[in-house]
Amino acid sequence: MTLTVKEARAGGGRTPLTGARRVRPPSRRGSRWTPWLYLAPALVVLGGLLVYPIYQLGLISFLEYTQAQVSGGEPTSFQGLANYAELFGDGQFWQVLLATVVFAAACVVCTLAVGCSFAVLLTRIRAVPRLALMLAALGAWATPAITGSTVWVFLFDPDFGPVNRVLGLGDFSWTYGRYSAFALVLLEVVWCSFPFVMVTVYAGIRAIPEEVLEAAALDGASQWRIWRSVMAPMLRPILVVVTIQSVIWDFKVFTQIYVMTNGGGIAGQNLVLNVYAYQKAFASSQYSLGSAIGIVMLLILLAVTLVYLRLLRRQGEEL
Amino acid sequence: MSTVREGTVRTVRTPRIRRPGRLAAEAGALLIAAAVAFPLYWMVLSAFKPAGEVQSTEPLPWTLHPSLDAFRRVFQQQDFGRYFLNSLFVAGVVVIASALIAFLAATAVTRFRFRFRTTLLIMFLVAQMVPVEALTIPLFFLMRDVGDAVPGIGLNTLGSLILPHLAFSLPFAIWMLRGFVKAVPEALEEAACLDGASRSRFLWQILFPLVFPGLVATSVFSFISTWNDFLFAKSFIISATENSTLPMALLVFFKPDENDWGGIMAASTVMTVPVLVFFVLVQRRLVSGLGGAVKD
Repeated sequence: MTLTVKEARAGGGRTPLTGARRVRPPSRRGSRWTPWLYLAPALVVLGGLLVYPIYQLGLISFLEYTQAQVSGGEPTSFQGLANYAELFGDGQFWQVLLATVVFAAACVVCTLAVGCSFAVLLTRIRAVPRLALMLAALGAWATPAITGSTVWVFLFDPDFGPVNRVLGLGDFSWTYGRYSAFALVLLEVVWCSFPFVMVTVYAGIRAIPEEVLEAAALDGASQWRIWRSVMAPMLRPILVVVTIQSVIWDFKVFTQIYVMTNGGGIAGQNLVLNVYAYQKAFASSQYSLGSAIGIVMLLILLAVTLVYLRLLRRQGEEL
Repeated sequence: MSTVREGTVRTVRTPRIRRPGRLAAEAGALLIAAAVAFPLYWMVLSAFKPAGEVQSTEPLPWTLHPSLDAFRRVFQQQDFGRYFLNSLFVAGVVVIASALIAFLAATAVTRFRFRFRTTLLIMFLVAQMVPVEALTIPLFFLMRDVGDAVPGIGLNTLGSLILPHLAFSLPFAIWMLRGFVKAVPEALEEAACLDGASRSRFLWQILFPLVFPGLVATSVFSFISTWNDFLFAKSFIISATENSTLPMALLVFFKPDENDWGGIMAASTVMTVPVLVFFVLVQRRLVSGLGGAVKD
């Protein structure tokens, strides 16, 4: 026993002051560096693969960086804000930005509406139907974005898909028109992202103590009143979390658009910022423009994050 | 928390009013479940249909001639098994490494008070929001440069997929694990310390097993995001197709003239079923894990 403890201590091993530690057992003073030791691997990984690339992204967005510079044929030159000027002067950029915001907002609203109403439904039913819905939702959740995309495209295929047969749409092509293509992607996105909202909100409702609801019912509160005055305030932190997560996920949708609309739709009609940046950078080798788009996305999501932090603060959450 | 208790309390409270409404709700739930599961059913069904039935303009929701042709095509022509193992390896390494690293980091930010602790927490939160896809460009150049120095992790290797995913799953994992580590009472640490356990012994033999359910829930997320990856595989594995992963293999069946839908559906099935099994296995832990994380 003593041996193992000693070994373990040797493993943790930088405190020779064992005596002192025994006197003040839960002491944190003797271990000023321990938290940093624990944090070191995470900080190394995040610093190298997140912070440094963000710095690089910003840097490239200020340079002239095309195939010539990548291959080392020409020296890189500092362009100042020229890339941003080019981007903001391009009508397509604003169109894509607008499409991204509207599409993401539609996805978030639909996902939350579906997720929350199914969560409430789950609390009203017995175990068997609840398990059925839960398993189906887990299945949709577990489906990788790329297979979800291929399956939905197949379901809505003009020639071989069952949906057009059932709806009697003949050989109507969903991916041909701009709005029908966006609608199809939206359906897939909602399908694979509502389960997270449903399960989280359901867990939140279940965590509300039964006594609180009973007390409200005994005091004569109606179902609606109980929902509005008791449950909604208690669920608010959870609703904030799922809303913010949905905003982030849906704003960054890439695979679905890329696969379902074949790289952004006919003549780029279904482009969103992510796919647009990818096409600019890797398809047309305009890495600087792609990076500038990346920075714009980063700033938008940073703004969302700041709103989130403020909401957390207001709820008095201790970080 | 238990299902039974909740059920009985609710029935006792309003037995007569609830019943017809509840039956309708249950029927609705079953219908919704069927609709939600339908795309997956259609995927598996189409994978087992013979080629003629898949490419039929009158698709039927069943098949009388199940066939393994599509699967055979997938595994024989496209070296799918290799891609499958690659995907599994990448996701496995990311899950294990991010669980261990996140566990240490979450312990640091919940059980210690130190300068910059709040700053770090906010940074982890902000890091979650970083649009991964936007970093593809700098990561591409980083991997290219690193590859010159350390061949094992440059472009065209599995390392170039593992490292970015590790970085992207860490902030969320740390954020989520925080709640679980916090939930372990301080008194336990004091008791362990009084009994003579060193810090690392407490960490691995007491705290780790207690936080394990949380680690499972967290791992589901890092597994999914890694298994899903399409963009990095597409951008970083340029010429070494033997290091490709499943999503890229799937795209092979898309052809400009006519898609091989049977092959696509069979490949999709092979890619989805392991995740499904994994999800069903950890289902309870996932739900309680999410509850624990959001309750904080």
